[in-house]
Amino acid sequence: MPRLLWPNWALYRWNKPDTGTVEKEPIKRTWQESLMERTIRVTGVSAIVIVGLIVLFLIREAVPAFVQVTPAELLADRWYPVEGYYGLVPLLLGTLLVTVGAAAIALPAGLATAIFIAEIVPRWARDLLKPFVEVLAGIPSVVLGLIGMLVLAPLVRRFAGAPTGLTALTGSLLLALMALPTIVSVAEDAIDAVPASYRNAALALGATRWQTIWRVVVPAARTGVLTGMMLGVGRAIGETMAVMMVTGNAARIVTGPADLFLPVRTMTATIAAEMGEVAQGSTHYHLLFVIGFALFLISFVVNLAAAAVVFRQTKRSERVMS
Amino acid sequence: MIRLSRQTTQRIAFWLISLIAGLVIASILLIVGLVIVQGSGAISWEFATGFPREGMKEGGILPAIVGTLLLTIGTAIFSVPIGVGAAVYLAEYSEDNALTRTIRIAIINLAGIPSIVYGLFGLGLFVLFLKFGTSILAGSLTLGIMTLPVIISTSEQALRAVPHSFRVVSISLGATHWQTIRRIVLPQALPGVLTGVILGLERAAGETAPILFTVAAFFLPRLPRSVFDQTMALPYHLFVISTQVPGMPIRIQYGTALVLLAFVLSMNLIATLIRRHYRQRRQW
Repeated sequence: MPRLLWPNWALYRWNKPDTGTVEKEPIKRTWQESLMERTIRVTGVSAIVIVGLIVLFLIREAVPAFVQVTPAELLADRWYPVEGYYGLVPLLLGTLLVTVGAAAIALPAGLATAIFIAEIVPRWARDLLKPFVEVLAGIPSVVLGLIGMLVLAPLVRRFAGAPTGLTALTGSLLLALMALPTIVSVAEDAIDAVPASYRNAALALGATRWQTIWRVVVPAARTGVLTGMMLGVGRAIGETMAVMMVTGNAARIVTGPADLFLPVRTMTATIAAEMGEVAQGSTHYHLLFVIGFALFLISFVVNLAAAAVVFRQTKRSERVMS
Repeated sequence: MIRLSRQTTQRIAFWLISLIAGLVIASILLIVGLVIVQGSGAISWEFATGFPREGMKEGGILPAIVGTLLLTIGTAIFSVPIGVGAAVYLAEYSEDNALTRTIRIAIINLAGIPSIVYGLFGLGLFVLFLKFGTSILAGSLTLGIMTLPVIISTSEQALRAVPHSFRVVSISLGATHWQTIRRIVLPQALPGVLTGVILGLERAAGETAPILFTVAAFFLPRLPRSVFDQTMALPYHLFVISTQVPGMPIRIQYGTALVLLAFVLSMNLIATLIRRHYRQRRQW
């Protein structure tokens, strides 16, 4: 059983479970039994109830913000709530910059590591390396944040010549590290699942090992590879503590890639840093919930898209096989 | 344009890939190694069992350790029964209908929600609406909900891995559906379920964002007395001493990081050992 860092997509093929639920029972249930079964049915729908509650309470606390602040103010380019500047654009751009930076590092590095583990090293090394990379997923984000502050930030300052090491680039590097285990794990599973006959056929036609990997195996595994990438980026968007500790938290308008060497502030860090200090029920308080709801929607779209890719691919392969 | 031969291309590609993978692996080694080397200097009996003194610059981190233990237990109390129950429902009862599909979408959604959003939700529902205040109860519930998707999906996978023939035999011997689940399927799936539970709790133990506004105390040099008390917790304490307290000795920061890392990675190790042990023993 592979270690799970995300829901097991294979289980989300939306067809009838193959356990063949037994429906006709020869023996009458006792009351304890029907009680247990009813309890289990209730826990079964708990996930729906919880998602409903999350949406409800985020909206409940977010809605007053739209009454107190006009849309034009929300789209302004300055976030300084203490003085009544409620523009969310700098935060969105901050998250975008740090995430794109992280993706630019983590996607190629993740794919390369996955190929390395699945195709290049021998089998025993794979069994060693895969759990090892997944250890990275278990390291708490504050520990990575600490390393980022004490080790990475001084390095970035020296090599980039920036006035401070707490920059978007530092955040991107750290986020890339956090997105990697997800990408490597899912992509490696997908590459490993490509049937051996594909490789043998390519090799028999005279392709080199690399041609086989790059033109046959990776394209055949593209669904899983893409899913891993989406989930990894999704994780990067939502990461809070490490980003807050190393990006310097200056809410400013990002104008281009050069801003990688300047401090930025992300959506998640804004909530974490400011919620402790706002007055409950103030406009600022409600706005932080608006940011939270926006993050909720982003993660929903990313994860559903990842699931839909798997779903579509499964259906197509079933058509092809039948 | 120079055309490289296929062999040269392969050599370059393999070199490049090995280099990148090597960098990734080296950085993991570096991080874990750094925390161990730098942190072990701070570890002492007093550090593990003492209360923080002198603005947290001296003394130990006992309240944070106890807090994290309590939160982990609290998380388990809420998330294990509901999570395993939901997994049993999905694996043994659910049919292919709109309800099941909605449940699956909900779980996918829950798994992806950023941890800080769970923190906001916990603040809105448990701390303010249900008036639990910033308390161990509110924090455990928030972490419990965050852990649910991990526990549900790993447990469901473990339940589905039990061969169908086990169920058929049990039913044919006259057992009811529930007896089959309780006596046959669940015991067989237990190691897998346990692994999932530990991995879920491991994540909860290391998280900071969900406890920021629901339970964590900046500085509270005593042990909590009830579930309505605030508590210090290791991840939040590490965040505080590395960003909020100027002039904090680096030794203490790394020491706290080491304790947290050891706590989380030992849970990871236990899960791996359980899995390995039972996989070897398994007959089917």
